[in-house]
Amino acid sequence: MDEAAVSIESAKAEAPPPAPSSRIAYRHRLPTRLWHWLNALTVFVMLMSGLMIFNAHPHLYWGQYGANFDHPWLSFSGRPVPGWATIPSTYNLAAARRWHLAFAWLLVVPLILFLVTSLLNRHAQRDLKPTRNEVRPSHIWHDIREHARLRFPTGDAALRYNVLQKFSYVAVIFVLLPLMVLTGLAMSPSMDAAWPWLLDLFGGRQSARSIHFICAMAILAFIIVHLVMVALAGPINEIGSMITGRFRVPPDRAKS
Amino acid sequence: MISRRKFIAAGASASGFLLGGCDRLNNSSEFRGLLRSAEKLTMNTQRLVTPRDALAREYDEAELSPIFRSNGTRMPEGDDYARHLKENFTNWRLVVDGLVAWPLSIPLQTLRSIPHRVQITRHDCVEGWSAIGKWHGLELSRILDAARLSTRAKYIVFHCADRFGDKPYYESIDLVDAFHPQTIIAWGMNGHLLTVPHGAPLRLRVERQLGYKHAKYVQRIEAVDSLANVYGGKGGYWEDNVDYEWYAGI
Repeated sequence: MDEAAVSIESAKAEAPPPAPSSRIAYRHRLPTRLWHWLNALTVFVMLMSGLMIFNAHPHLYWGQYGANFDHPWLSFSGRPVPGWATIPSTYNLAAARRWHLAFAWLLVVPLILFLVTSLLNRHAQRDLKPTRNEVRPSHIWHDIREHARLRFPTGDAALRYNVLQKFSYVAVIFVLLPLMVLTGLAMSPSMDAAWPWLLDLFGGRQSARSIHFICAMAILAFIIVHLVMVALAGPINEIGSMITGRFRVPPDRAKS
Repeated sequence: MISRRKFIAAGASASGFLLGGCDRLNNSSEFRGLLRSAEKLTMNTQRLVTPRDALAREYDEAELSPIFRSNGTRMPEGDDYARHLKENFTNWRLVVDGLVAWPLSIPLQTLRSIPHRVQITRHDCVEGWSAIGKWHGLELSRILDAARLSTRAKYIVFHCADRFGDKPYYESIDLVDAFHPQTIIAWGMNGHLLTVPHGAPLRLRVERQLGYKHAKYVQRIEAVDSLANVYGGKGGYWEDNVDYEWYAGI
């Protein structure tokens, strides 16, 4: 459980680095890997079945109510989402709801387990929480510049999440995914009776539906950036480490 | 670079495979059965966290939808309904039968003349939109009590005057929802009698479920112990014909 921490500790102790090409470090623990691949499936099913549900009424509103005669803040005509982006691929609200509401369980139960586990085993505090040093504007700006130049961390720095990764992972795990679940529940007439605070929290069912959509698009944007980064950073090593946990550490670049 | 290109190509073909796979899975009855089992899980979980009489939110007059759109049938076909409409529904009766000790046939005028409940609630369509309306009607529990519901009854079926193609519309709920204080047989909306697009002269309001459960043009209420022998056996027109969930709490 603490192997990742150990490798970072040994790095701090300035242990002589082994031959660059052969140095393998344990980077992702089992709960992270399992949850990652389950989500890789679940999030795609949720997005694509959700887009089919959106096709049924592609208009979004703010407030308690909202229908065809009310003012939408976002509106499309016809069935705007093409078949290659929906489950199923031809219009079928009933089937999309079956997929969405079944896979929602695969999203929410492991999400709760992961949140609890990673807070208890301090994965969140140790690996995901940005340090005081990392949140300095100069550091963040430096990381943005390095990313823009496609200069990714090497050596021991590659074993830690950089601050941009931390921000995006924290945003997805602790903000976007919980918001998806809560706004999803706020759209349930039954849950609104059980937990009326859901309506107050989001300012009404149609506001919750809008936030549900916005968060879904934010998660989609995260996935796109995430996949691009994996492709740029070396897909075999990156994907391999998410399967086996073991990561081939890129040799230290000469300090400039 | 090769690995990057391979990664993108592999990703593209994998997603193509998955997409085709999703449609194939969707056509497999075993997989659909698996998906369908989640409905029971959702229903049981929601029932677990929802007190039996937890009320759907009731709103203020100021929050009413300016225009409450209608959906589904807007004008039932057939001579019978046309005649009732022409007669201003004076001869419309609500039949209550099935597993009851005292079958009833209640004239519409009687239903409208007894003290009733008024509630301003939100109607949530399965498609995603919501509209807030004010409903006037009699609690279903009082009707069922008057008919002396049998202890064998498990579901209440609502038979409607409208048809989709050759199939009559119907819906059903269980006793938890049937005896919920906000479950009413409504005859009025927003301070006037129900209009035809909204289900004149009688419709069901079952406020903790989605719109398609709120049967319009209700003619007959039947108490049954199983839904298996009612029409397609799945408890409602949409449930039988397009596989909507019977439990529409989410």
